[in-house]
Amino acid sequence: MFPPLPNPSTTETAPRLSEKDLIRRSASTVPAPEQRLTEVAKLIDVSKCIGCKACQTACIEWNDTHPEVGAFAGAFENPPDLTPDMFTLMRYSEWDNPETNELEWLIRKDGCMHCADPGCLKACPAPGAIVQYSNGIVDFVHENCIGCGYCIKGCPFNIPRISKVDHTAYKCTLCSDRVAVGQGPACAKACPTQAIVFGTKDEMKGWAAKRVEDLKSRGFLNAGLYDPPGVGGTHVMYVLHHADQPEIYSGLPKDPRISPLVEAWKGVTKYAGLTVLGVAAGVGLLHHLIMGPNRVSEADEEHAEELTEGDSHGRR
Amino acid sequence: MAADDVKPNEQIHPGKPVIVDRYTVGARINHWITAASLILLALSGLAMFHPSLFFLSRLFGGGQFTRFIHPWIGVVLFFSFLGLFLRFWKANLWRRGDGTWLARFRDVLANHEDNAPEVGKYNAGQKLVFWSMSVLIVILISSGLVAWDQYFSQYTTIDQKRVAILVHSIAAVAIIGVWIVHFYSAIWVRGTIPAMTRGRVTGGWAWRHHRKWLRELVAKSSKGAGPSGSKPAE
Repeated sequence: MFPPLPNPSTTETAPRLSEKDLIRRSASTVPAPEQRLTEVAKLIDVSKCIGCKACQTACIEWNDTHPEVGAFAGAFENPPDLTPDMFTLMRYSEWDNPETNELEWLIRKDGCMHCADPGCLKACPAPGAIVQYSNGIVDFVHENCIGCGYCIKGCPFNIPRISKVDHTAYKCTLCSDRVAVGQGPACAKACPTQAIVFGTKDEMKGWAAKRVEDLKSRGFLNAGLYDPPGVGGTHVMYVLHHADQPEIYSGLPKDPRISPLVEAWKGVTKYAGLTVLGVAAGVGLLHHLIMGPNRVSEADEEHAEELTEGDSHGRR
Repeated sequence: MAADDVKPNEQIHPGKPVIVDRYTVGARINHWITAASLILLALSGLAMFHPSLFFLSRLFGGGQFTRFIHPWIGVVLFFSFLGLFLRFWKANLWRRGDGTWLARFRDVLANHEDNAPEVGKYNAGQKLVFWSMSVLIVILISSGLVAWDQYFSQYTTIDQKRVAILVHSIAAVAIIGVWIVHFYSAIWVRGTIPAMTRGRVTGGWAWRHHRKWLRELVAKSSKGAGPSGSKPAE
């Protein structure tokens, strides 16, 4: 058993996450932090999950969101998808294992992966609406968010949702407010089977290695850790019994990366675009300086007069 | 003959200088609504395009309002430009001579317009501006609708939205470029602005830049004033 998260102390603690700990800030730059915090991570062991949704409930409680009471859609998911009020969602898939001919019930807790290279942050046009702390947490700052939905296009995992109420984007914060005072995320605290554990990224990788070893000894030969390098690794990781085919876990992407379309849009288009416009304006200015204005001459006016004179006899 | 170039409301007023009607009041209002929308769209769009231009969102009362108003201005632009398109498309059809004019574009830029063929109501450059604007506005409105999350997010996939936003930004850069050409030409060629403000140009301007159009107007008015008489620009 992984040592459980300690209960909060009764004495007041000053938050340990501040502006000084930012390593990335959307549409702006930040000075490199003097001291880097230890990277944290949440490890979700899919093989231990019983699908009880205690994590969802804890998430709603802690973040004080008020999801609407929905309608039964014929599936275990409740609500059917992530919403601006539901930052995490148990996704259930029934998978026929072709090797054993057995039905496997794969339950994955979906939510923000807190990528080391966050696509949402890259796509965001509003300065400071998305920030990344040196401990790896990617957070949305709602007072700076303009509700454009670019983060949705940037995200390789389809996580952010825009609220129809305040028109800003919402997602899992990795309980940055709890982590700031030495607590773990609410979902990890609530999980009854330790399918969700929280600690430093190194600790989590070590713990995952043990879990993978255990799963392999039980016949899950493809068990492994999901920490996709395409996004620089994530600060929410999964232990999967079938790590060779993550797609079977309700479409977990096999090799997630920021879409090349987004890279092109936020990269070459942005710089080349402004350059082209600057050059166009410059060429115009230069042309005017060299050639001067194109003025109508007296002769032109006279030609026009002749043309109309020669013709206006008998007309008025 | 390219009689399409001459509209019934275009009249010649002899005098010193000769005055020629070029745009009706309706066309001018239509043009300026389009112009204002295009400029507001460029400013609000650039604010969301490059971080160094985000400050432009303050002109619109902040990022949230910029994000909200940009697509609506786009809708205004689309319908306003549609009006211009219906007014001007015929006179902008590609005609014999336009290719030659374009081949002599260096001469035109060097203030030797005389070396290029005589031009009707629009020269080849103006026609290219017109058609690029038309095509780009269709691309911008359609890609813009895909990226308009507030109302249309559920109709497209995220990958389609990514394509749309990339196409939208490239088309936006292109249309601002076309606008720079349009704007610069209007300043460089002196005497052009009054065409869109008071609706009229001098005969000399028409002779210098749109001689064929002037000849056609003269030919038309010599055929007897016809029913249109001497109606001023609307």
